[in-house]
Amino acid sequence: MAKRPAYSNLVKTMRESKFLFTGELEPKKMVDLSSILHSAEEMKKTGKITAANVTDGPQGDAYTCSMVPCHLVQEKVGLETIWQMTVRDRNRIALFGDILGGSILGLRNLLALTGDHSALGDNKNARPVYDLDSTQLIDLVSKMVDDGTDLEGNEIEGGKIEMNVGCAANPNSNPREPEILKVGRKVEVGADFIQTQTSFDIDDAKEFLKELEKFNVPVLLGLFPIKNYGIAWYFNENIPGVSVPKDLLAALKTAKKQYKEDKKKRNEAIDKINIDFFEPFIKEIQKTTKAAGIHCMAVHYERLFEPLLKNF
Amino acid sequence: MIITQQKNIEEIYDMVKQYSKILVAGCDGCCQPPRSINEAKVLAQMLELKARSEGKELKWKAITVLRQCDDRIAATTVRPFIEQYDAIVSLSCGLGIVMMNRIFDNILTFPAQNSMFGGAENNAENTFAEYCETCGECLLGVTGGVCPMAGCAKNLSNGPCGGTVTGKCEVGGYTHECAWVKIYERLKKFNRLDLFTKYRPPRNYRNWSSPRFIEINKSYTNEEEPKKEEK
Ligand code: SF4
Ligand code: SF4
Repeated sequence: MAKRPAYSNLVKTMRESKFLFTGELEPKKMVDLSSILHSAEEMKKTGKITAANVTDGPQGDAYTCSMVPCHLVQEKVGLETIWQMTVRDRNRIALFGDILGGSILGLRNLLALTGDHSALGDNKNARPVYDLDSTQLIDLVSKMVDDGTDLEGNEIEGGKIEMNVGCAANPNSNPREPEILKVGRKVEVGADFIQTQTSFDIDDAKEFLKELEKFNVPVLLGLFPIKNYGIAWYFNENIPGVSVPKDLLAALKTAKKQYKEDKKKRNEAIDKINIDFFEPFIKEIQKTTKAAGIHCMAVHYERLFEPLLKNF
Repeated sequence: MIITQQKNIEEIYDMVKQYSKILVAGCDGCCQPPRSINEAKVLAQMLELKARSEGKELKWKAITVLRQCDDRIAATTVRPFIEQYDAIVSLSCGLGIVMMNRIFDNILTFPAQNSMFGGAENNAENTFAEYCETCGECLLGVTGGVCPMAGCAKNLSNGPCGGTVTGKCEVGGYTHECAWVKIYERLKKFNRLDLFTKYRPPRNYRNWSSPRFIEINKSYTNEEEPKKEEK
């Protein structure tokens, strides 16, 4: 499809071919968003983060909606957001209404996701919605942006909305081919950009990025710096299909043991481990692939941004 | 067929404990596992025992019906007994139980079972499996014969989602096959990935919204009939 205008700073920057970074914020069950705003401020301070994703009930948990934190982060911190929206909890009427609301609040990036099933979350007996799937959500946003209508063609008073829409892609997918075909379908329906899930394997990541090149849409490769050994362990135990490399895992474990009592030293050691692993990783991606940048999912680990990104 | 699971005896007893004479009706229709005359008898005996343990006396009769979900069959089979009983306990699926309550509206028919799904008997895997959710808009023609509604935990029309790992689904702890990987494999095998790639627009959920009716036994004619007004 023909490229739609860049409505967000994110898509503008991508189209200028600047290698960029996005971060991630995760509102949980909270009414006080100061920790989210603090994380956003830390990201903003680095001057390296173009926008931050705000998650929508990850792992199927019932969390604070993503629209309000998106708005507050943009208003109070001045950091652009990527509004994650899953099709798990809302039908096409609610999605449409929320997107209109978000656009009024100045949200300009939407990441269309299926969402982890409610059976995985903390309200397991919920009725999952899935009226649309994520591709159809992209279709809905496209109609709102390009035609100024809902899915049925009913016009929006005041015309088209201004928003760019992205989709996810999974470099750990196995088999790979249906994943690639599916991403192609999403681009055809109107995705402006792609953010990938996390990858720890540089060869895999490069190969995946190569395969995505044919769609001619900017891709941000997802990376997941690990704040402590527990998270790494959780990853390996609970997230099938992704594994933290053995060396990285071992180093984190050593740091945990070595500085059991000294939190400051432990943090320094862990930060160094992450920087040693991810800085060359990012450099390699920047040098050898056409990726538009990195989506750095260092949730609640904002102190890493400054030292990790200082050489970019 | 309709796959059912019997409720536990406490729950059934709780529904009928205030009655002293009950009719327990099995169903010989498609309900699986079979809930016929013998199952009806056993259930009645269990309810009698429960009652006795509470110092009550429960009279019962166990019968079976060819199909409780057919009004004519259910009416002719059950009507002769109705007068003598205070309540009916039915071993059919929900269809039969609703039908019995409709036909015999002077007596309550209680469910002895939970109706689970319309299922197929897969002996190779020792399961009753839900292969179709009766969505009213069949996609099997574009999905290589694998149902993305019954097979996919998220009812996706354009899968797979990110929750698939080596062909298994995130729901159920990566033990069930991901319908969309299966769909991909089937279509690839028949050289029809064009069907996989094609975008399927949002579904028409009016076809899948209760209550649903289809007119039957209507007449046909070659004479001109007055046109019905559009709804
Ligand atoms: S698509 Fe699936 S649920 Fe719908 S009618 Fe076909 S088999 Fe049944
Ligand atoms: S893993 Fe496959 S079957 Fe499970 S929800 Fe996702 S697409 Fe559907």
